[in-house]
Amino acid sequence: MNMRTSWRPTALLAGLVLLTAACGGGTTRSDVAAQQSAAPSAAASSAAADPNAPLKQGLKIAFLPKQVNNPYFTVADQGGIAATKEFGGEGKEVGPSDASASSQVSYINTLTQQKQDAIVISANDPNAVVPALKQARDAGIKVVSYDSDTAPDGRDVFVNQAGAEDLGRTQVQLLAEQIGHKGKIAVLSATPNATNQNTWIDFMKDELSKPEYKDMELVKVAYGNDDDQKSFTETQGLLRSYPDLAGIISPTTVGIAAAARYLSDSPAKGKVKLTGLGTPNQLRKFVKDGTIEAFELWSPADLGYLAAYSAAALASGQITGAEGETFKAGKLGDYTIGAKGEVLLGKPTVFNADNIDDFDF
Amino acid sequence: MTATATSAESVRGGGARRLVDRVARVRELGIVIALAVLFAVTGAVNPTFLGYASLRDILLNSAIVALLAVGQTLVVITRNVDLSVSSVVGLTAFGGALVLADNPGVPVAVVIAGCVLLGAVCGAVNGLLVGVAKVPALVATLGTLYAFRGIDYAWAGGRQVNAADMPDSFLALGTSSVLGVPLPALVALVVLLVVGWMLRNLRSGRELYAIGSNPEAAVLAGIRVRRRIVAAFVAGGALAGLAGVLWAARFGTVDATVATGKELDVIAAVVVGGVAIFGGSGTVYGAALGALLLASITSALAVLRVDALAQTAINGALLIAAIVLDRILALRVAAALRRRRFRDAA
Repeated sequence: MNMRTSWRPTALLAGLVLLTAACGGGTTRSDVAAQQSAAPSAAASSAAADPNAPLKQGLKIAFLPKQVNNPYFTVADQGGIAATKEFGGEGKEVGPSDASASSQVSYINTLTQQKQDAIVISANDPNAVVPALKQARDAGIKVVSYDSDTAPDGRDVFVNQAGAEDLGRTQVQLLAEQIGHKGKIAVLSATPNATNQNTWIDFMKDELSKPEYKDMELVKVAYGNDDDQKSFTETQGLLRSYPDLAGIISPTTVGIAAAARYLSDSPAKGKVKLTGLGTPNQLRKFVKDGTIEAFELWSPADLGYLAAYSAAALASGQITGAEGETFKAGKLGDYTIGAKGEVLLGKPTVFNADNIDDFDF
Repeated sequence: MTATATSAESVRGGGARRLVDRVARVRELGIVIALAVLFAVTGAVNPTFLGYASLRDILLNSAIVALLAVGQTLVVITRNVDLSVSSVVGLTAFGGALVLADNPGVPVAVVIAGCVLLGAVCGAVNGLLVGVAKVPALVATLGTLYAFRGIDYAWAGGRQVNAADMPDSFLALGTSSVLGVPLPALVALVVLLVVGWMLRNLRSGRELYAIGSNPEAAVLAGIRVRRRIVAAFVAGGALAGLAGVLWAARFGTVDATVATGKELDVIAAVVVGGVAIFGGSGTVYGAALGALLLASITSALAVLRVDALAQTAINGALLIAAIVLDRILALRVAAALRRRRFRDAA
């Protein structure tokens, strides 16, 4: 190749980059409309909460998931957008296609410029997004975090899908019932430094220290990195290292699916019990073929729905995010804000062969 | 060549020495030894690692990467690289799974053919960019890595296809065994043998090496370089399409992010397998062995209960150790052969 043609790769690359941006980006056509019609509506943010204030009409609420194209967030955000329709608002989902720490910042800045009424965010990194969120809040935008919290000064309210304690303990209880409170168990987690996973695992250990679990032993916490292949390999490794393993808890949707897929066609099927957090659609086959007896999860659609109502209540001045304030979240009923501005969705739902066909997400 | 020496002694020792020479000249020897060491050490600590079930798992784990490594080798031999393989796997895995989920009546064979074809089309895009538009492969396939994944994202729109949505006959592709060998591994083995034979014996195969060794000389020698490069990318893409089918069948849960980042595993397997990254030398057998070694290291670390936080670092260190071992062995053998040639000639 010579110098004369060296513009070609550059031009082609530029073209490809543009193409990629067009495909992978999260901004939608409605952004333009939103920008044009953006009225300075957020000016009415009062300091005191007025629980009787009506929900404002035409609230613009943006959902910023960890990454778009993640089926879990797709369902959650659809639930949220459905809620905005109920109260006469306007919801949309924007976000990065990769879940890296810094990828959400530019989206927050854009949403701030668009003068949204509220941003509902699941933070990829609790701290990286805080400066951008502070700017948004200074501009009068209400911030609700859901699924994965930001540092407290980055948001007004955190909608928690389920208490870490509930999730950790109920998963141990689920497995203990299946293995008769006896035997070696292992945990197949996501990444070694995933905050939520580690909190759950700590509560699992705490639950296991109770006397009724004295015959159960947690032998290993393995990490599948939320990668199909790695989760598969780790499951195999657990079965090789502990031939007498009685059960596995996998508190991550990728991990439990990979483990189920491996167990379903191994001699250990039905002998090594598997439970954890997964979606009914993902695990329906494995519940029906006997690989999994029962597993649990909160409803992601309800999570998005509650987050949308929290955002609307904030933007309408019904709540400010202080402990003890209450608001009504449509079909889900009344919610009270707990310590540190947390709203708790409720106890997780347990799915088994009897009820799994009632759910579709 | 020099073994036709006239002295009686060398005639007597000739047969045995030829065999030793043959074995020593096998480029893949270092990887085989590294594999043997890994299995011996892990097996000594935990004998179940050498059991049938464990070996079967390792074959299953390495099959898809091995298949991709074979395709990648075709491209790397021509002094190019295909970074977009993981996106092609993702696109075909999702596409195949979606078609099966939405149209229950479609024959599995049609879906497989469609995925291979889709992979070949993606490969053709790469091939045309590199071979005809003369964009450097690194840049062109980096672009298509994003472009193909972007198409995948747009197509999926956040949807996930689950095992329950796909017919059992399709899922069986990823799990069933023939004579105790998992089907994906058999597919990879057949592809490996066919491609290996073609590279060694067909004119078109030898021309790929010629192109990679010296592109200018290849042109002067009358090789249709452009056509060969496009063909190498198309073949690599088709194999990625096949790997996509196996991926969907094996894991059963498919969304748009499938196989993200796997291109690095594939290139690592190729390089570990002794294929020169600057083209012109190496075999698909080496690349497949490289994939087997990578899968074995990961499995061994899981079985040895190595601390999760240290696993990635140890994985990398073992990889480097394997390459260094391979390199040292290769240099030693080359030196020994040279010495012997001098001696025989003297």
